Amino acid sequence: MEFVSPEGFRLDGRRPMEMRQIRAEIGAVANADGSAVFEMGNTKVIAAVYGPREVQNRSQQINDQALVRCEYSMANFSTGDRMRKPKGDRRSTEISMVIRQTMEACIMTNLMPRSQIDIFVQVLQADGGTRSACINAATLALADAGIPMRDLVTSCSAGYLNSTPLLDLNYVEDSAGGPDVTVGILPKLDKVTLLQMDARLPIDMFENVMQLAIEGCKAVANYIREVLQENTKQLECRRGT
Amino acid sequence: MRGLQLSLNQTQKIRLQKALETLEYLSSKANSNASVTVADTIPVNYEDGVLKGHGTAENDGEVVATLCGVVERVNKLIYVRTLRARYKPEIGDIIVGRVIEVAPKRWRLEINFSQDAVLMLSSMNLPDGIQRRRTAVDELNMRSIFEENDVICAEVRGFQHDGSLHLQARSEKYGKIERGQLLTVAPYLVKRRKQHFHHLEQYGIDLILGCNGFIWVGEHVEAKDDMIEDRASKSEQQNAKSSKYSMSLEEQEKTYTPLETRQNICRTANAVRVLSSLGFSITVEVIIETVELSISLNLDIHEMLGAEFCVLVAEGEAERRRRLMKKKG
Repeated sequence: MEFVSPEGFRLDGRRPMEMRQIRAEIGAVANADGSAVFEMGNTKVIAAVYGPREVQNRSQQINDQALVRCEYSMANFSTGDRMRKPKGDRRSTEISMVIRQTMEACIMTNLMPRSQIDIFVQVLQADGGTRSACINAATLALADAGIPMRDLVTSCSAGYLNSTPLLDLNYVEDSAGGPDVTVGILPKLDKVTLLQMDARLPIDMFENVMQLAIEGCKAVANYIREVLQENTKQLECRRGT
Repeated sequence: MRGLQLSLNQTQKIRLQKALETLEYLSSKANSNASVTVADTIPVNYEDGVLKGHGTAENDGEVVATLCGVVERVNKLIYVRTLRARYKPEIGDIIVGRVIEVAPKRWRLEINFSQDAVLMLSSMNLPDGIQRRRTAVDELNMRSIFEENDVICAEVRGFQHDGSLHLQARSEKYGKIERGQLLTVAPYLVKRRKQHFHHLEQYGIDLILGCNGFIWVGEHVEAKDDMIEDRASKSEQQNAKSSKYSMSLEEQEKTYTPLETRQNICRTANAVRVLSSLGFSITVEVIIETVELSISLNLDIHEMLGAEFCVLVAEGEAERRRRLMKKKG
């Protein structure tokens, strides 16, 4: 199948190095401590953060740092055909773990001993790159909940199809079976916290694809920072002195 | 906007927009914009020396924010004041909380902090008002003082060695609160003040603005003197007829709240709801103003959560702050 036309356009009309449109909104869940909706094109994810709060299961309590938990699920209506079992399968357990580890790396857990932070992410619409979208939404929700973090974590995916590196794969490109590299970075510290790849990729191309994904992460980071800045400013000026 | 789902029409949207813009304009005049987000560098003058406070970290010799909020500078100290975050206790804060567990010699309270707070049996006045050692009998009777799900008002005593937060209730004004509504707002909207207990005489209600963002609106209770003498006999009575149905007429009258007071409670509670969903700081003055506005407009209580009233409150707040600015010059 042809994923990049001779004119240099992808199936959905993007250039190979173009991202889908991103949109973020803070405060989607009224009762959560922090929450956010994050969209990348047709992928739409909602995240809610509860905590830091008392540990529910005493035996899991850690005496010098916070316990971070994460639950990933997909809504029944998120994919083309209705899903029977939205959570608890192998794929969602794996993604839960990936998100938990990524977020735990940036949360300053040592500041909140003997407490627990719960992150819930749910995919409302799946169109490829749900992993990245979930991480971005979770970052926003954590920042909204006022949880101290070393840096924002942002994530983006990239692939390699028709011998062209492609940024931010959608569902059709994702399911083509080519390599799919998901990268999560700390933009300010310039560190990689997540790197996943399925399928194989020649080592000389890998560098390029990863660099492309990192560029994508940075673009997401700029946008997220803008959204947070705007939100903070608004809260402060409404509160008044 | 959190909390309320409003369906604004076009004019209301524009009016709300305009009111919020005024607020933005006024606050940008008052302080230079010092809001930061996670991982923003905070500009500092290193020659004067720097003390890094809450919400800051060091990275490559720069001071970096770890939270979203507003940078505050006190002499050398630099810290980030968070906006939406959980409650951070300070000694002496007056808080409202809910009992979630009765444990040996202590109650555990949910107070919107990262852990549960602890109220020791020994750090509160006994209902009989006598100072003495707490006996095993007292410990067995703890449920007669506070039960699970009771709402309690107390004061922050401090952190214990093991990092747990302890409360105390050593005064008549603290203790169980009944017959009213508990509202939860974001803690940054409640400012620490001299007074957190308010008696709104014109409405016959009590208002407790807990520093942890739990706000109590309830029927006014006189600081009871009869409590001390009556408790002993009353508890005997209660034991005799513990079922609710056999309450005597006199007792029923005691627990009866007149309709008008109940309406006032709801009205005040709705005023708090509107203010918190708009994100305005919550003080008694503003609450009373909002309640009076709703009364002067002849609005029903349920209409206070509608779009029109919300816009009016926003406009009122903008006007109020403008006046304050002018007064200051």
